[in-house]
Amino acid sequence: MKLARKDLLGLEGAAREEIELILNTAGAFKEVLQRKIPKVPTLRGKTAVNLFFEASTRTRVSFELAEKRLSADSVSIAKAMSSAEKGETLLDTVRNLQAMKIDFLIVRHSAAGAPHFLASRLEAAVINAGDGAHEHPTQGLLDLFTVRERFGSFEGLRVVIVGDVLHSRVARSNVFGLRTVGARVTLCAPRTFLPKGIEALGVEVETDVDRAIEGADVVMVLRIQKERQDGCFLPTLREYAALFGINRKRADRLKPGCLIMHPGPINRGVEIEPEVADGPRSVILDQVTNGVAVRMAVIYLLSGGEVEHGVVG
Amino acid sequence: MAWLVKGARLLDPARGIDRTGDLLVDGGKIVRVGGEIRADGEPETIEAKGCVLAPAFVDMHVHLREPGREDAETIESGTRAAAAGGFGAIACMPNTDPPLDSQGAIRFVLERAEEAGPVQVLPIGCITAGRRGERLAEIGDLVRAGAAAISDDGSWVESPLLMRRALEYARMFDIPVVTHAEDKRLSAGGVMHEGEMSLHLGLRGIPAESEVVAIERDVRLAELAEGRLHVAHVSTAEGVAVVRRAKERGLAVTAETAPHYLALTDRCLAGYDTNRKVNPPLRTAADRDALRGAVADGVIDAIATDHAPHPLHEKEVEFDAAPFGVVGLETALAVLLTYLVRAGHLPLPRLVECLTSAPAKILGLDLPGLAEGADASLVLFDPEGSWVVDPSRFESLSRNTPFAGERLFGEIKALFLGPKRIVPRPKSGGGFLFPDEEAR
Repeated sequence: MKLARKDLLGLEGAAREEIELILNTAGAFKEVLQRKIPKVPTLRGKTAVNLFFEASTRTRVSFELAEKRLSADSVSIAKAMSSAEKGETLLDTVRNLQAMKIDFLIVRHSAAGAPHFLASRLEAAVINAGDGAHEHPTQGLLDLFTVRERFGSFEGLRVVIVGDVLHSRVARSNVFGLRTVGARVTLCAPRTFLPKGIEALGVEVETDVDRAIEGADVVMVLRIQKERQDGCFLPTLREYAALFGINRKRADRLKPGCLIMHPGPINRGVEIEPEVADGPRSVILDQVTNGVAVRMAVIYLLSGGEVEHGVVG
Repeated sequence: MAWLVKGARLLDPARGIDRTGDLLVDGGKIVRVGGEIRADGEPETIEAKGCVLAPAFVDMHVHLREPGREDAETIESGTRAAAAGGFGAIACMPNTDPPLDSQGAIRFVLERAEEAGPVQVLPIGCITAGRRGERLAEIGDLVRAGAAAISDDGSWVESPLLMRRALEYARMFDIPVVTHAEDKRLSAGGVMHEGEMSLHLGLRGIPAESEVVAIERDVRLAELAEGRLHVAHVSTAEGVAVVRRAKERGLAVTAETAPHYLALTDRCLAGYDTNRKVNPPLRTAADRDALRGAVADGVIDAIATDHAPHPLHEKEVEFDAAPFGVVGLETALAVLLTYLVRAGHLPLPRLVECLTSAPAKILGLDLPGLAEGADASLVLFDPEGSWVVDPSRFESLSRNTPFAGERLFGEIKALFLGPKRIVPRPKSGGGFLFPDEEAR
């Protein structure tokens, strides 16, 4: 099977078969990553540019490693080191990159739709590494991969996403992805963090975290950015931690086998207590490991790579 | 020069004229209206079967960008764009750099317009000094210099006390206070309508209520001040409802909307096209339908383009970073004919009213119309003539239209303004003509 698309901009509208193809391919690459020499020559001669206009450690390194493990040449640019600092427009920046014959552009930007804007103007395959509050599709995919790895399938699973849904691209990508593969999704957040009409995405909404997580199979905890404590969205982080924080008491009441996930970076003591983040239910670091395999799969498939019976060709 | 327009649909709703006939213009005046005219001398005959001859259009909401942003538009290019769209008179908003908050600035606009050509420009002065919303501008001075109205368009006058005083003060000059009804404290950095689409696109939303509460407040203040309020660019069904109630209670409140709100909805933002980023934002289909109804039944008095030119490089950026606004002068008639009249939502005479007598009345502009002895101020258009919108052919210096590539119906054939005739070349031919022989 092949992935018949030029770019990966979001999980909204992605077909179930596409998502499953990516997850299956990621499984094959995860096996590669466990070899003594965790590297394949598949994308020799291809060039990837990681263009990050927002701070990132995890996602950027994950993409860089994915590219290197595939033997692609890769370059990473952060906004602070780019010509954007000299007033160059985004479009001019990437036109210059295109002129240097790149094959992949991985872009993170604070403006929703920035990757779409570039994708329609570039020959290179564009991968959205997070655009504003819109989507972060590879994070959604690696979360799906991690869930499937533990449960085998998505049938009958109930996933609860707790936190700042309004500003979260991770929440959106997970909602779109999880709904497509058949999981049930409950969003749990203070009312100020729930976009009006969010139920239209086919999710349940619950503002009582104890009720929300009761019987859940997966609890995905979202980061609460400190600047949200402006008295408008949240009175204080202290109150958030009390009302919504995943603490030991709450974790103890989760059903056996329930996973705790977090896309990182973690605000320990705010949305999640340290003991829970590091506890037995937590798969937070597995998510990070899986991220590399999932990103290898996405890059490989966008380059036209094929998969036969789960074996990477 | 004399012109005999033959066999057109003569349409002047304000005068109750809607019939087929001829019209003779000579020496800048309308000499005869109606019937079959055999003129003395040798007027140039224009066969106009199937075309409509109406009073030249009036656009009460245009951004000419001069002074300050002459790369986006100038008074010269903007008036040419107006003529290409069939407009004989346009009112320009004062959010220039510097803003039109002084006699000198108003005079500058009028002088430049006089040099530019025959399209009449009615400057709108600021409500507050520097558009800062802190103290009243010298409104009396602005009116004496030629301001037709006052507005802080682009910003709402947030202080209710200052808005009340503006409405009271403006009564002395019998000019409308034009409000940009938007509480930006509620819009909070939004870039599109808040609703299902903003949810999907991950863009910050502007709720309908940031318009509705602002209109509601201004209507209350107009009542308190017994002043004249004009609500610019109404975009919401609830905004319409507020205006409707104000009118039912007999308040001196008028309103306009723009062609794009009547044609498009927030659905068309799926591709993050910055040429569809406007403020107020494109709303839902329910809002659009309510606006169509309100234009038809007269709750919305006028249609104005809110022509807002921006250079290409400022629009060719991330959605969040792009400025709000679309150009509208050269597509207004065709958009309205295509989306409203041909689709059966609005009778042509009401559309012509919305583009002529209604805005003229709000601005206190004497509209000559199709009357014998009146100064010629006429537009001739073919409602069936279709063309594909090619922004590179615009007279405007800017290209930011949401209708690029669309086939629209409605072609301006000629504009008669006093002793001059302006003939747009066919949209497929490009370019535009101010014929030399009619130049002053």
